[in-house]
Amino acid sequence: MTLLQADALAFGYPGREIGRDLALRLAAGEALALLGPNGGGKTTLLKTLLGLLPALDGTIRVEGRPLADLTARERARAMAYVPQAAASAFAFTARAVVLMGRTSRTGLLSAPSRADHAAAEAALHRMGIAHLAERPVTRLSGGERQLVLVARALAQEPRIVVLDEPTASLDFGNQGRVMAEILRLRADGLGLLFTTHDPNQAARYADRALLLRGGRPLAAGPVAEVLDAAALSRLYGAPVEEVRDTESGARAFLPGR
Amino acid sequence: MSGIALASTRAVRLGGPWLALLALVLAAALAFGVGRYPVSLLDVARVLAGRLTGHAPDVAPAVEAVILQIRGPRIAAAILVGAALSVAGTAFQGLFRNPLVSPDILGASSGAALGAVTGIWLSLGVLAIEGLAFAGGLGAVACVYALGTALSGRDPVLVLVLAGIVIGSLLGAGVGLIKYLADPYNQLPAMTFWLLGSLSGTHPSDLLPLAGPVILGTGLLLLLRWRLDVLSLPDEEARSLGLATGPLRIAVVAAATLVTAASVATAGIVGWVGLVVPHLARFLVGPGFGRLIPTAALLGAGTLLVIDTLARTVAPVEVPLGILTAFVGTPIFLWLLARAERDWS
Repeated sequence: MTLLQADALAFGYPGREIGRDLALRLAAGEALALLGPNGGGKTTLLKTLLGLLPALDGTIRVEGRPLADLTARERARAMAYVPQAAASAFAFTARAVVLMGRTSRTGLLSAPSRADHAAAEAALHRMGIAHLAERPVTRLSGGERQLVLVARALAQEPRIVVLDEPTASLDFGNQGRVMAEILRLRADGLGLLFTTHDPNQAARYADRALLLRGGRPLAAGPVAEVLDAAALSRLYGAPVEEVRDTESGARAFLPGR
Repeated sequence: MSGIALASTRAVRLGGPWLALLALVLAAALAFGVGRYPVSLLDVARVLAGRLTGHAPDVAPAVEAVILQIRGPRIAAAILVGAALSVAGTAFQGLFRNPLVSPDILGASSGAALGAVTGIWLSLGVLAIEGLAFAGGLGAVACVYALGTALSGRDPVLVLVLAGIVIGSLLGAGVGLIKYLADPYNQLPAMTFWLLGSLSGTHPSDLLPLAGPVILGTGLLLLLRWRLDVLSLPDEEARSLGLATGPLRIAVVAAATLVTAASVATAGIVGWVGLVVPHLARFLVGPGFGRLIPTAALLGAGTLLVIDTLARTVAPVEVPLGILTAFVGTPIFLWLLARAERDWS
């Protein structure tokens, strides 16, 4: 089932188009990587797909309905956004942050219900961070904070989770840990869309990839088909070398030297 | 924000509002007890009970007059103004995602002051003065916010604070102009003393025009407390959670400016309370607005009550409130700033 679909999309800011002619499909239980060099329009595209920026042209459909017809509340129930974990101004506890994920499911003036608290609690457990619930997020490590933001996204009970560079600020070990937790969500039929500038991330964790350079799609399809040294060299404008383990078939890409 | 050393203990966080309430009751007992006619809380209770039941209270008529006509209204005004400034500061800090902003820094106070001074100069009534103070405060915050948004190239918070300083000094010039034009024998001394902050002339009839807006604005902010938590996230994050940030932000600015304007129209410019008290409240109960707003209101009320009690007792003549709060607030603010370098981004 197609959860998110964009056709002939042009995106950017009013008076400053960043990309166009973009088509994209995200199915339930699938992870799609938006891959490309920094400054290639990945984050802008994400914000457009989330409805945080208006599309300049083309259509976006969420579960078949035009995105423009959805209210902010309906959008938030369908799609959750995990931004790059920035430092927070206030020391909310992890539990309070996750509870904020229930915003689209509570009334304007009403307090979170018992069900909302239960959903937040379940999301904390799901990401394996229940022990951090009472800790201020300002005192968490980058990896822990990222997991809190993913838990907040889960508390929204969305169909689609959109992640912006989910591992950008994490160390090597945490990158794997966080991505593994995130990918488990596919089993529940969630559609995952994440940006990355690292082809190895896309190759290892995504089912399909969309290669984005200068706002234009270079290639799209299953990672096994679209990710190769030639395509990545074109994408980054720099030589890329592919290494393959003959036993496991695992692939990795090395930047040129 | 940093330093939730205290708030990390759950018991303190839950008990924080009660602690603040206790502090306020103690401050009220002190405020009634100090002065030329010392009055105990028991006397106050007797007089209030007498009022409610219609029986003559069992206290001296002079004491009853002090309670009902002089000290009582002044104490009530101090409580309302302290609560108003602290609640406004709490809301502004959350709204601008910056623990270092306050009604003073954002121009709400100076805008309200210009409006109120204009009202005094034109010899208008209390409600008209309050209305002008509200319009002035709202206009000033809107200007500062618009400037901050238009110019926020590199450091939005810095631009915001600088815009507040620029607009504030412009409004200060406006106040100066009105003072220059005012009648130097009748209006000018009143204006000058009022601008320094004072509750000395509080009359029972001043309380309703003060309490109405303060309760209205604080009530609105309290109703929105869960949304305020979300509003303190970066704008796009808050919107992605389903919050209509634009209308909500306008409602919060209007509510916070309303309570600021009401307090400025009554007490003049009382700085620092709206900056410092929200921090103390956050230390106690953490950043969640559900507990933060009532705690800040109670702490602010107690703080200003103590300061006002000092203002009328430490010297043979009244000391202006704004001067006392500056003496207390400046060192605390510098301490906060020193911590900020370590912990705030």
